[in-house]
Amino acid sequence: MAPPNNRRPGFSKRAQYSIFASYLLGILGAVVGLLLLLISIFDPQGFAVLRTIGAEATAPVSRTLSEVGGATGNAGENISAYFNAASKNADMKRELEKSRIEILEARSLKQENERLKRLLDLDKEVPDAIGMARLISSTSSSSRRMATLGLGTTDGILIGQPVRAPEGLVGRVLEAGPTTARILLVSDGQNVMPVKRASDELPAFATGRGDGTVDVRPINLGTNPFNGGDLLITSGSGGLYAPGIPVAVVIRKTDTGAIARILANSAKVSHVIVQPMFQAETVAAIKQEKVDEAETASEGGE
Amino acid sequence: MAKPYRSRINRQPSQFRIKFIPSITVILGSMVTALPLITDYPILPPLGLLILLSWRLIRPGYWPVWAGFPLGMIDDIFSGQPFGSAAFLWSLVFIALETLDRRGVGRDYWQDWLIASLSIIFVLICGMLIIDFQSNLLRLEILVPQILLSILLYPFMTRLIGAIDNWRVAR
Repeated sequence: MAPPNNRRPGFSKRAQYSIFASYLLGILGAVVGLLLLLISIFDPQGFAVLRTIGAEATAPVSRTLSEVGGATGNAGENISAYFNAASKNADMKRELEKSRIEILEARSLKQENERLKRLLDLDKEVPDAIGMARLISSTSSSSRRMATLGLGTTDGILIGQPVRAPEGLVGRVLEAGPTTARILLVSDGQNVMPVKRASDELPAFATGRGDGTVDVRPINLGTNPFNGGDLLITSGSGGLYAPGIPVAVVIRKTDTGAIARILANSAKVSHVIVQPMFQAETVAAIKQEKVDEAETASEGGE
Repeated sequence: MAKPYRSRINRQPSQFRIKFIPSITVILGSMVTALPLITDYPILPPLGLLILLSWRLIRPGYWPVWAGFPLGMIDDIFSGQPFGSAAFLWSLVFIALETLDRRGVGRDYWQDWLIASLSIIFVLICGMLIIDFQSNLLRLEILVPQILLSILLYPFMTRLIGAIDNWRVAR
């Protein structure tokens, strides 16, 4: 290593002071950093503008490269797929046969469902897509799980809108810039989704774990009715996500609930669809309620 | 014929290169998250930090103690961490490294690697705990692949930065 030029100040007062001053600046930097951190913890949207500028600035690169190599996440899997190809092929054929029958059944159920909905005049709840685009980058070096989407406010994207892929729920819009939007992925630790078990509508909450799985906790605490293979879908409560979007499949039971693998692996989905909020009025009402509560709490405290 | 001869004697290294190349490489490293790598868990090494550590350990005395703050802030814009986390953690790393340098003991390559590894582990673990202390404390094992990858990548980064450094000061 090259020796630093000012390592030993000796008896020179001036050199000693300059070292002291540089330390002071360093410590000041750390303190200001800590203050910024506290601000952004208490007000997560506070620095959204800076992040949006960063995302917008790098978006052209991300967008071009994602068009070129859309399958970054699949390389390993493509290789491993060659092993045991024959037995896998046989398994898949069997599965395909089985699912073909199930699809026919589902189709008839869907028709029945539509007929009943028409009877009840509930047809307007079916949400249509606002836009479809690729995820162009993600926070792959941070423990936050967020991705950038190549659509923004100019395409009609608003904060809070759910994002899904054909496989299932991907996340929701957290910050929106003119041509890019940040998506809070399902697997992020700060993302809590109201879900239900597809088979019997058992309500639960799913919280991201940061590694492609979610923690599932039933609303009725004390019971732990989950089994491996249970499909979890959004329940529609809270008004953000439309009901019936697949979220995850239970892989393991825990003491308080279960751990489930997310169906729409953000590394593999090629395109995602942004949907309007399921019931925007409900979301607004819940937010207003929270504000009111906070106000009454602060008034009570004074 | 006069021009080539003239340019070969009494040459000065480009001042722009000398002054700005280290910061530019660190910022480019931070911007790597803009590449279309979509992952479901943290796996990409924090390249901005790796490049910064390489520069810091190859050229002690080049960076002032406070350099971690502005570079960390730029990293925060791209990393997705809460704003201020890298500014804070990188500043702490710089203060620690400066204190180490002031001890005046010469270090060899392996000790540099150890120091870089400890810094990387410190920044990654603290970065995860900053997000959510209680629940993330129980699942720090998610970081193991990223930490291992970063530590193994560090020697290659140092090679690369060393080559860039040679070019930076070349006349």
